[in-house]
Amino acid sequence: MAQEAVTKPGLWGWINRRLPVDSFVRSQLLDYYAPKNFNFWYFFGSLAALLLVMQIVTGIFLTMFYKVGEATAFDSVEFIMREVNYGWLLRYLHSTGASAFFLVIYLHMFRGMMYGSYKAPRELLWLFGMVIYLALMAEAFLGYVLPWGNMSFWAATVIINLFGAIPVIGPGLVEWIRGDYGIADATLNRFFSLHVVAVPLLLLLLVALHLVALRQVGSNNPDGIEIKEKKNALGIPLDGIPFHPYYTVKDIFGVGVFLTLFAVVVFFVPTFSDLFLEKANFEPANPLSTPDPISPSWYFTPYYAILRSVPDKATGAVLMLIAVSAFFFLPWLDRSPVKSIRYRGWIFRTFFTLFIVSFLGLMYLGLQPAQGIYVTLSRVCCVPYFAFFLLMPFYSRIDPVKPVPERVTFHA
Amino acid sequence: MLKVAILMLAVAVLPPPALAAEGQPEQPAPVDWQDWHAGNSVTDLASLQRGARNFMNYCNGCHALKYVRYQRMADDLKIPTAVLESELVAPGHNNLDYISTALPSSDAVNWFGKVPPDLSLIARSKGTDYVYRFLKTFYVDAGTPTGSNNLAYPSAAMPAVLSDLSGVNEAVYRQVGNDKVFDHFAVSVPGSMSSQQFDQFVRDTVNFLDYVGEPAQVERRFMGIWVVLFLILLSWLALLLKNEYWKEVH
Repeated sequence: MAQEAVTKPGLWGWINRRLPVDSFVRSQLLDYYAPKNFNFWYFFGSLAALLLVMQIVTGIFLTMFYKVGEATAFDSVEFIMREVNYGWLLRYLHSTGASAFFLVIYLHMFRGMMYGSYKAPRELLWLFGMVIYLALMAEAFLGYVLPWGNMSFWAATVIINLFGAIPVIGPGLVEWIRGDYGIADATLNRFFSLHVVAVPLLLLLLVALHLVALRQVGSNNPDGIEIKEKKNALGIPLDGIPFHPYYTVKDIFGVGVFLTLFAVVVFFVPTFSDLFLEKANFEPANPLSTPDPISPSWYFTPYYAILRSVPDKATGAVLMLIAVSAFFFLPWLDRSPVKSIRYRGWIFRTFFTLFIVSFLGLMYLGLQPAQGIYVTLSRVCCVPYFAFFLLMPFYSRIDPVKPVPERVTFHA
Repeated sequence: MLKVAILMLAVAVLPPPALAAEGQPEQPAPVDWQDWHAGNSVTDLASLQRGARNFMNYCNGCHALKYVRYQRMADDLKIPTAVLESELVAPGHNNLDYISTALPSSDAVNWFGKVPPDLSLIARSKGTDYVYRFLKTFYVDAGTPTGSNNLAYPSAAMPAVLSDLSGVNEAVYRQVGNDKVFDHFAVSVPGSMSSQQFDQFVRDTVNFLDYVGEPAQVERRFMGIWVVLFLILLSWLALLLKNEYWKEVH
């Protein structure tokens, strides 16, 4: 079929003889077979892609008016909010987009963990995804500093000082990152450069790798069955359907619902009661006045709660590092013969549920002041969080799994 | 500046605090000022216009709105240009200027110990309820340099500049164990406004500051209704399209 476009007369044939547009679209969308039993949890991959594009486009326009520099940054953001036509809309789309991006990514990761999508043969796909997650955290942190509000300043101070916990090179490293003896103009300028050039380029590269790896191994599905193992005479998976039009139209519906909810936040509650835009960040950066309490954005608070649950900064930082990097090892920690939670036994389900509860609990606790019951509860939540990963090689092996069906379960 | 000096003088010569009420048999519940809410509405144009007037007359002597232009304010609040120019624009300024204050920073530091903050974002950084409570809880305190103090912001550098309107408030305390706890205010020198009038005055002023914190907020909510309705319609059509395609999947 691809040959047809090449042999066609006119512009379409001329282009396709020089650039494989037609064959690319065919191989990636029309002849790409995805499992037909995707459920609700499979909307978030395409939504993450949508948010990446939205952040880049709104970011381009914000960059036209934002003035980097400690004397100009805060004022220029207010200029955008007040005097640029629809500048407030651009800014709220971008700030809400950052939070929505993390929400979508967390649900995307939850899906992967629920259906064992990290297991062979999708280890690299999972690893690329995890590096995207790390790059996204860096991007969000760098962007959070740019408005140069007081919370921007103090969040940068706290986070950068974490590198000081590294033995020997720590203090020098902190100074090197800041480019000054404190968070200052030099820091803001390099954060701007990293936020608008370096990390977005890295993200685009990683997303491309994530998608190429996905095309190589194919999507997992809620049953955790490899659809490529059951093919018809033409070599088409029996439980597969062409990505286009079936999943394109389904994803358009998902995009519609998502954008509706997204618009409700952007237009009616853009600060999301201090979670998306904090009150303290409407005050300019002030090295002499510390906001009380300093708390990071909600998407960082699980790790922040872990960091604070340990009195010793270095130990807390190491624990936090383990908490983030543990996800990387999931493909090798999981020894279960089945992928999907549908066919796993009660042991895995219990550990997984406790992990999710502790993750959400830590997210809440990280937003509370670091004192009394909140610290105690953070310590309690650390136990199931780390047990989920550390004990996985053992409990996933003895977990009483159920028989996996031959074909995917699908109800038309 | 003259206004400031007069007000400071007024505060300084106020009579000493009256003695706290003692020995009253039946006391009503303490004033729950921490639960007061601004309850303002940025769609109330008349209130916003009064708030703008209040700000220019009572706040602008010391506080600027450096992100707001006179003309933008007049356009948003439907203030006629003639009124804007004759009543609101400070002498020596034109309509397109940002709203600055005539108080030089050096004088401010000499008089108050600090430069009065710009109020463009005060309603966003502190919240409207805070500003409302702050403006309503000034009371006489001979122990401070200004002769007044504030419940919402203890040791505020700002004097009780609205006391000619609200009257002079004395804080009345009640004894709880060994602690003196604020109970209510007693007006020792009546102001020119009734308490209802003053409450409206503060509410209008807070409303104006709420608008100033985010001038686009009315437009934002109005636009949001149409955007959300459109997206619901789009999602519904997308659902019909999806169902049409998926009918053939078995």
